[in-house]
Amino acid sequence: MNKIIEFQDVSKSFGSLQVLENLNMHVNSGEKLALIGPSGSGKTTILRILMTLEKIDGGVVKVDGDYLWHQKIGDKLEPASEKHLHKMRKNICMVFQQFNLFPHLTVLNNIVQPQILIKGVDKVDASNKAEELLALVGLEGKESHYPHQLSGGQQQRVAIARALAMDPKIMLFDEVTSALDPELVEEVLSVLRQLAENTNTTMLTVTHEMNFARDFADRVLFFEHGRIIESGPPDIMFTNPKESRTRDFLKNFIGGI
Amino acid sequence: MDWSWLVVQDVMPKMLAGLVITIQATFGGAILAYALGLLLAILKMSKNKPLAFSVYWSSEFVRRTPLLVQLYFLFYVLPDFGIFLEPMTAGIIGLGLHFSTYTSEVFRAGIENVPKGQWEAAKSLNYTPYKTMRYVILPQAIPPMIPPLANYLITMFKETPLLSAITVVELFNSASIYSNSNYKYLEPMTLVGVFFLLVSIPAAIIANRLEQKYKPEKVR
Repeated sequence: MNKIIEFQDVSKSFGSLQVLENLNMHVNSGEKLALIGPSGSGKTTILRILMTLEKIDGGVVKVDGDYLWHQKIGDKLEPASEKHLHKMRKNICMVFQQFNLFPHLTVLNNIVQPQILIKGVDKVDASNKAEELLALVGLEGKESHYPHQLSGGQQQRVAIARALAMDPKIMLFDEVTSALDPELVEEVLSVLRQLAENTNTTMLTVTHEMNFARDFADRVLFFEHGRIIESGPPDIMFTNPKESRTRDFLKNFIGGI
Repeated sequence: MDWSWLVVQDVMPKMLAGLVITIQATFGGAILAYALGLLLAILKMSKNKPLAFSVYWSSEFVRRTPLLVQLYFLFYVLPDFGIFLEPMTAGIIGLGLHFSTYTSEVFRAGIENVPKGQWEAAKSLNYTPYKTMRYVILPQAIPPMIPPLANYLITMFKETPLLSAITVVELFNSASIYSNSNYKYLEPMTLVGVFFLLVSIPAAIIANRLEQKYKPEKVR
């Protein structure tokens, strides 16, 4: 299988706090990956590194065969230029915990503007695609609303549609339901389940919703203190994990599984 | 001393011409102050530390020295270095430069008030730094800046009499020239005050309205 993401000996610290320690991992093309683990274990940092929101301190990250944070100049690996990062970001898009919709634009324009500005799509095509995607996430008729007129769950679904409009090869979902009221969580998760089933896009999700992780993922990674403790298919990870630390962590969610 | 309507009649045309100059200088200076202020704000927030640092301190230097001295510098000192400016040009540059150091603080605060998540969303959608600023950050940052920027416009208007020091015949100077040659001070100087009030009171009311309009932080 073709590895679309590779982390090789990646380290990352925030001040004196080491978040990732010589991390090695890969993600296959089209794979749906769930990253679970206690808060502060480095899961979100992995997504943020992939989205180029956080630099790495050591090691290399490869995306689609190319270095993400470096570029090869002659035989040497140099830190990536802004131009290189711009090129690499074409393949990746992230959905955030806080939605981060553009509050000054309507729902439709939130999805249309990036297509026009970044992908050079013409206005009619961009609108058509936005309408299609809004239907996909169950938000027909909300085109002319502003984000603040929508519930959190609706805003997050718009954010998902906005990310989809960019046709990324890799989608990153960073605790996308953590900021939502409990009754709104399911509407977002069901959209994600549906996406996971129907697309070839590689997807990484950081989540505390274990039921969702089980349905969504082909593979689950359990993190603690910046290291992968255990990984495997959800059936095994959630029913019969090898490591005691994984079991201890999952115990807290036993009611939900 | 008695109020003479004849003097009023005599000085009025000169003062109206002066008022036009005052308004031109105000708006000319304001356009420069806004454009340059935005540029300074962006440079002050630059990741290039030496650049940000030097821009910060040069703008502090301009802000902490009197406008009058800066005007003298532009008009009377620069010619020693071979740079000759028209009085009005020097006046507009002086006003614009001086007030850009104030407006840059308004722009900086406005830009910094846009949540970090907006920058990150823009990056995630692969916006370039320019497009992020132009299409994501500034459209959110500018509305709350409008009231303070309008207030600086009024302040600049009131500072224009300083331009008389570099021979610009604006409202005050037109009255002053008349007074000095006719030894009539009561009417011209009263009229200067009245003219300033006639413009700045309505302007203040408009600025107040803007403040009310943009004050309540819109629900996100």
